Amino acid sequence: MLSAYVDMIRIRFLMMLAYRVNYFSGIIIYTLNIGAYYFLWKAIYGGNDTLAGFTVLQMTTYIAISWMARAFYFNNLDREIANEIKDGSVAVQMIRPYQYLIVKMMQGLGEGLFRLLLFSAPGMIIITFLFPIQLPTDVMTWAIFMVMIFFSFLINSQINIMVGLFAFFVENNEGLMRMKRVAVDLFSGLIIPLSFFPLWAESILRWLPFQAITFLPASVFTGRVTGQQVYDALLTQVVWFIVLILPIVFIWRKSRQRLFVQGG
Amino acid sequence: MYYATIFWDYTKTYMKTRMTYRADFIIEVLTNLAFQLMNLLFIIVVFQHTSFLGGWSREEIIFIYGYFMLPYGVFMTFFNLWDFTERYIVKGEMDRILTRPAYNLVQLMLENMNPSSLFGSLTGMLIMGYAWLQLDVTLQWYDPFVLLLFVAGSVMVYGGIYISITALSFFSDAPTGIHALMWNIQNYGRYPVNIYNKVIRFVLTWILPFAFVGIYPSAFFLDKEVTTLFSFLTPVVGLAFLTMGILIWNFGVRKYRGAGS
Repeated sequence: MLSAYVDMIRIRFLMMLAYRVNYFSGIIIYTLNIGAYYFLWKAIYGGNDTLAGFTVLQMTTYIAISWMARAFYFNNLDREIANEIKDGSVAVQMIRPYQYLIVKMMQGLGEGLFRLLLFSAPGMIIITFLFPIQLPTDVMTWAIFMVMIFFSFLINSQINIMVGLFAFFVENNEGLMRMKRVAVDLFSGLIIPLSFFPLWAESILRWLPFQAITFLPASVFTGRVTGQQVYDALLTQVVWFIVLILPIVFIWRKSRQRLFVQGG
Repeated sequence: MYYATIFWDYTKTYMKTRMTYRADFIIEVLTNLAFQLMNLLFIIVVFQHTSFLGGWSREEIIFIYGYFMLPYGVFMTFFNLWDFTERYIVKGEMDRILTRPAYNLVQLMLENMNPSSLFGSLTGMLIMGYAWLQLDVTLQWYDPFVLLLFVAGSVMVYGGIYISITALSFFSDAPTGIHALMWNIQNYGRYPVNIYNKVIRFVLTWILPFAFVGIYPSAFFLDKEVTTLFSFLTPVVGLAFLTMGILIWNFGVRKYRGAGS
């Protein structure tokens, strides 16, 4: 059984290799995004050395690593699931001898691994030449960061799966998917680190799962968080991963009862 | 006249289909608005830490955002072809379009028309109004006319880029990820271009000229004389890009062979 799932990762990985144009346009998108946000933040800093506890150097590193981590955890599972529900092919998926949602996760992982190896890794090297950033020197920090972005992937995929499954209940979840996308980008700290929000907003965001996707791993990477706090951050991710399993199981059970496929 | 009747017929069909699922329609309008306002949140949060961004104040940046929403709403109403490759090329729907007498691009635009996006334009107007009240700029008699001209120009910029990108589907049906590129880059045209380096500024002005959907035209109303020349280039650039888009599109349609049965 496990080997079937591993094969899902492999197949998706190979599928990604086939779409070369997509790969190159991806590189341009990420370079431009990092570049644009670098200049935008430079203008925001103006003459200030630190804002919200971030030095300019930390901020630049934060932007670069956040986008590179995003390349790994990002996927379109919500859209894929919604489309399969809409065109009815989810019914065929359900009678196959595997767990549909786990298969989806594995496909997302294949996609993520592809981008991590062929995209983020070379991208990070290029970026160290283009922008002034500071990489951690400690091997341990790198190791923990790798574990943390794996959890980023899990939590982000869980949110995607939840949003995708909503297609069972509403005819059109397009708006919901778009809103989720912005919510993840904004509240996870990709566009603005959580510490920049007003205190009341920050304390709300700290109780939401989004921060576990970008802010926590990027804080560890930039050295904003050290010592015991690193493990607290990791623990927060693990807790969110476990907590989010519950609503997914619940929605999945409900949706199987609701499934009706029009036409054949 | 012929196209006006087609337009009216499509609008009626649209209203009928949308009103069948009323709750769905309302949810879509609301989520679209929330989606737009989240971008505004970025501006508000950032200005908690600084009072100027490249020499522009918070209200001025908010004004630009409001302006941006106007052409964007119109654009989203008529250019709703995000899954063109999938639906029209791969599934062969394009053949159906081509057998009809009306111009294919007009048919596609009307078939996928989404007037609910105009609520975004309305919100944009409110945001502009709010920012304008906070700012100390006088309203000239010609401002509304110039606004119309600029919005038309900005819509053409958007439409031109979008048609060119969508036309790529005629040449390759593999996913290109280029729509995502557009989604991201459009955001950067809303900030003062002088904060970027030469490369990004050049891209935003001449290659994917999203600066003409935000900063350049808005600067005119804010009496920022530095870019007045660029403000009035908006309709010119719009026309140029729209023409280019349609030429690429027509070339693509001529090359189109169908996906087989």
